Amino acid sequence: MTARPPAVAPETAEDRISVASNWRLVWWRFRKHRLALLSALVLLALYGVVLFPDFVSTQDPEATDARLAFIPVQRLHLFDGARLSPWVPAVAGKRNPTTLRMEWGVDGSRKTPVRFFVTGYSYRLLGIVPAQLHLLGTAATDGRERLYLLGTDRLGRDQWSRLVHGTRTSMTIGLTAVTFSVVLGVMLGGISGYFGGVADVVIQRLIELLQSLPTIPIWLALTAALPRDWSPQQVFFAITVILSLVGWTTLGREVRGRFLALREEDFVLAAELAGASRPRIIVRHMVPTFLSHIIASSTLAIPAMIISETSLSFLGLGIRPPAISWGVLLQEAQNIQTVALAPWLLIPGLVVILSVLAFNLVGDGLRDAADPYSQ
Amino acid sequence: MTRYVLKRLVLLPVLLFLFSVTVFAIVQAPPGDFLTTYVATLASSGSSISAEQIEALRREYGLDRPIWVQYLRWMQNLLTGNLGLSLEYQRPNAELIGERLVLTVVLALFAFAITWIVAIPAGIYSAMHPRSALDYLLTVLNYIGVATPNFMLALVLMWGAFAYFGLSVTGLFSPDYVEAPWSAARVVDLLKHIWLPAVVLGVAGTARLTRVMRANLLDELNKPYVTTARAKGLPEWRLVLRYPARIALNPLVSTIGWYLPLLFSGSLIVATVMNLPNIGPLLLRALINQDMYLAGSILLIYCFLTILGTLISDILLAWLDPRIRLDEG
Repeated sequence: MTARPPAVAPETAEDRISVASNWRLVWWRFRKHRLALLSALVLLALYGVVLFPDFVSTQDPEATDARLAFIPVQRLHLFDGARLSPWVPAVAGKRNPTTLRMEWGVDGSRKTPVRFFVTGYSYRLLGIVPAQLHLLGTAATDGRERLYLLGTDRLGRDQWSRLVHGTRTSMTIGLTAVTFSVVLGVMLGGISGYFGGVADVVIQRLIELLQSLPTIPIWLALTAALPRDWSPQQVFFAITVILSLVGWTTLGREVRGRFLALREEDFVLAAELAGASRPRIIVRHMVPTFLSHIIASSTLAIPAMIISETSLSFLGLGIRPPAISWGVLLQEAQNIQTVALAPWLLIPGLVVILSVLAFNLVGDGLRDAADPYSQ
Repeated sequence: MTRYVLKRLVLLPVLLFLFSVTVFAIVQAPPGDFLTTYVATLASSGSSISAEQIEALRREYGLDRPIWVQYLRWMQNLLTGNLGLSLEYQRPNAELIGERLVLTVVLALFAFAITWIVAIPAGIYSAMHPRSALDYLLTVLNYIGVATPNFMLALVLMWGAFAYFGLSVTGLFSPDYVEAPWSAARVVDLLKHIWLPAVVLGVAGTARLTRVMRANLLDELNKPYVTTARAKGLPEWRLVLRYPARIALNPLVSTIGWYLPLLFSGSLIVATVMNLPNIGPLLLRALINQDMYLAGSILLIYCFLTILGTLISDILLAWLDPRIRLDEG
């Protein structure tokens, strides 16, 4: 804003607003919404995890060791005395002679130091570059001292690392399913609203039909129909398609309504008279006027997708192990006796709530900011 | 009004026909059929079955016929009120579904009642005291309520009840009444158990409804007629309840259309987690075991309930708002 040429350098706030672009106005308005801004940061952090899951994990999410089952959460302490030197209390297990179950306690005499940027299990960065660097880890390299930030599950797998990998799957599903819905919704809604006639009638009836389907039972039936021998990638893709099958209808309706209203506007008539082709009118003149609304509505549609995926996977019909998603992680908490023994198995649920909350707040903020010329 | 209702009722069979085709296509879709799953289950438990026996069974259930013949047979049975035989349980589907269906509807209605009883007063209070401490608290609770998947809420409540009170809050009946015939005592027992799943099921809807009610009422409260009424000295509570609250309620009635069906299908997940004798867990099992006539019948029942929910709300809306009646002729 300060780098403008002096000739148009705005002096007052009012001048500044009158020369700002549409997107800049949206940003200024969004910025005022503190909670939305904070939530946007949370989402950025989560998508950072999505991009580099192995870097953030402390252990291989698949590594099992039955002797290390149900280790409780190790609290991360940042300061050792007055010195900034993060550590976690060491855990010591004792087998209960009557129940034969390992019972873990804190070994107060020992501290496990935690270091940043340590070398750990090898992985491929972004699936290409071989790497061994991890954000957090113990100083020991022999693997005897380990870090369980969120405890372990019944197979002794590190929950923190699994949660990080689950975040990748679940957040990506939400995003891709909504992208599918937007593409379908804008295309079909656009055709319906701009051309009208038979196409409109057919598409509207189709939307009504899809919207009167009971979504959850139908989703369950569809996911149950997926072949058992499909690879995790195929299942992932199929589930995004299934989720967006119903998701596009709401957006389609909205887009159609906008097109119907815009079709009569003077600027569309002007473009038509100037000889612009139909695709050009749609893409150049009509879509930009409601693009911000589409972005806001699709942000608000993501949480529903995430909750659906989590619920389906929780019931055992969505993402299947060995693939990890939030729903798959919560499957471990299906048995109440297990949860009573290891309450930390419910932590993935908190992350689901956090991300859905963040998406809702950002969506609300975007919706309020979407039309910067309104009061 | 009568004409409008009749028009909607005529459409009902058409919709049901379309849905029956869709549903049948979906339950048919998995590779293999019930017998493949059945044989696999037998094999895993160590027993086996001869190829002739399988063929005989396949012929008996009509699984060897073309798909459209199977569909027609299913339809023919449905139209004569016969829901078919469950392949897995070897019992008539109607018998399996019957009571569970009643419980599904009762649970949804309970959740619905809780939603409205809590959300409307909360919304009115929030709108009357905007930016008060309780308003902020309600807003925060609403956001969290919308963000919590209901199976998660069920898990947390079950865990809390188990860990701190040693209670098992699954099911809809005490052990004594699970198999008992219906009686006054059994109904009382049901009422003792149903409120928790109903609350779990209704939380997200309550949160959403409170927000909508608050927003609607806030819009109304700024209108000149409210100022006029206030200037004339009407007590605030009476004023709000008499005029703006009623107008703010109107758009909410239209949401019943999608909310009731949502409760019917939402109860599926809650029922599975809390182990309720609902049609939800039955459907889940049927889908996994490819018990296709049972799964198909349950899916069709869900479709029917969904259409019915929409129909009820459309009729309610037409009854409340004369403008819609005129439009639709």
